[in-house]
Amino acid sequence: MPTILRCHVGVGPRVVGIALVADDNFSARYDLDRHRGIFSRPGHQLEGQSYVDRILVLKTAKGGVATAWMLHDMAARRLVPKALLFNRVNPILAQGAAFANVALVDRFDGDVTRLIETGQELEVCPAEGIVTIRR
Amino acid sequence: MRLTDEEQAMLAGEFGEPRRWAMTHQIQVGEFFDAADLVPIAQAHIMADTESLGPAGVEFLERLACHAPAQRRVRVPTITDPRGLDFASYRRLKQTEAMATIEQRTIDAFTALGVLMTNTCINYQTVLPPVRGEHLAMGDTGVVIYSNSVFGARSNFEGGPSALAAGLTGRTPRYGFHLAAQRRGTRYFVVRDSPRDLTAWGALGAIIGRRTNGYWEVPVIDGIDRAPDSDALKHFGAAMASFGSVALFHMPGITPEFATAQDAFDGPPPAADLLTRDDIDSFITEFAATGDAVDVVVFSAPQLSLMEIARIATLLDGQIICPTTTVIVSTSPEVKSAADRLGLTARIEAAGAIVTQGVCFYQSYAREMAEANGWHRLMSNSAKLVNIISGYGYRPTLSNMEHCVESAIAGRIV
Repeated sequence: MPTILRCHVGVGPRVVGIALVADDNFSARYDLDRHRGIFSRPGHQLEGQSYVDRILVLKTAKGGVATAWMLHDMAARRLVPKALLFNRVNPILAQGAAFANVALVDRFDGDVTRLIETGQELEVCPAEGIVTIRR
Repeated sequence: MRLTDEEQAMLAGEFGEPRRWAMTHQIQVGEFFDAADLVPIAQAHIMADTESLGPAGVEFLERLACHAPAQRRVRVPTITDPRGLDFASYRRLKQTEAMATIEQRTIDAFTALGVLMTNTCINYQTVLPPVRGEHLAMGDTGVVIYSNSVFGARSNFEGGPSALAAGLTGRTPRYGFHLAAQRRGTRYFVVRDSPRDLTAWGALGAIIGRRTNGYWEVPVIDGIDRAPDSDALKHFGAAMASFGSVALFHMPGITPEFATAQDAFDGPPPAADLLTRDDIDSFITEFAATGDAVDVVVFSAPQLSLMEIARIATLLDGQIICPTTTVIVSTSPEVKSAADRLGLTARIEAAGAIVTQGVCFYQSYAREMAEANGWHRLMSNSAKLVNIISGYGYRPTLSNMEHCVESAIAGRIV
């Protein structure tokens, strides 16, 4: 039986993919090796794991403004997450996702990093503010 | 969102494709954050180093730059954050000709768009300081937090595409720190021991950033025993923004918006989070590596003021940097010009250091520089830099300017 999670209306297209969840934060500049498509920051809970085509589920955005351009470049090189789900984002992630046309939603009823588990299949509908856990 | 007739016309493409793209983007972002309308801005500041842009970002800028001048030129003064490469020093740092080529293409595109290539993250010290109440679209988190907090201006973090959009439309979505209600204090910190050097100020900002940990939180800081100078607040704010994504703090009696902590909150202040010298020392110790060989010592992030440059020149006078250690000092083109004129650059470079202009270390292909130069251990007096740089494969050490210079001369961390 699918579980439906409601959130604020987001940006980007409807997508289906597999979740990669961590009780950690996110910055494209601080945390990623964007050439290899993996988390590279020592100590990040997802260090060494690939983010490519995964639906990233994390707490919040951190740090600088570079993510806005970097998401666009990552999308052009097809080394990009399929979607981004956060408890609450800063403007940079919203601006970057809008610019790169990457699905992004936030502001769930509850801590999204506890509502979703790594490996679950999700359907993300930013225009409606709905995330469905399909299995 | 409510749009004026002119904004509707921009959205419909009546002012050309660049402004249609910009308005479309701003409405997407504004609706994400429930903005009611757009607010006119006085300045925009674009972060767009070429490592972040990538080829796709440069091609996007070049497509905008192909439109007719009346359609493509920005409507308000629009300036740039540090670039990815300094043409005067890139070969010494083993940056490549391909990097120089893409850098020049980016400069050409921005110039065609009417953007002023200031190439600085200390524009509030060197170009045009913000004014209290002024609405801005600033890129670079350090610029935003300084403009909001120290001057009382109003800006959100504006990533490169959004800052460019703001320059093209002369507006930005009215949400976040453009609204008075968002600027009230939410966290309360009392400092028992005021920092005494720039590194300690950065460490204090980093600690508050970590504990605050969120863009929508506003820390209020009490207990500072004397007004910090502009460089201290620069390091303090930049580190807080880097570690916590914080865009505004209040230091009642020092920053302009609230005279007392009581004024800064809706209701009585929350329980205070106390900060002592031990907290600052412990933070700096996290990065300690005494005795390790140091490959590169970096003074950057934010770019240095003329006063910081002068201090480094004094510390290096009569000294020779260890041949196995590279020292990089980064500043804005304006400060570099003044440092050249005053003989400071010559004094620093006589010791073997490299003074770069218009760039900042972490925005300059840091990973590629590390691989090309064999750098691993990096030392800096910037809390912001040591936070960022480990993701690029460096092992960072944080210490004050004096220890950084001593270590550069010794070739190992003292």
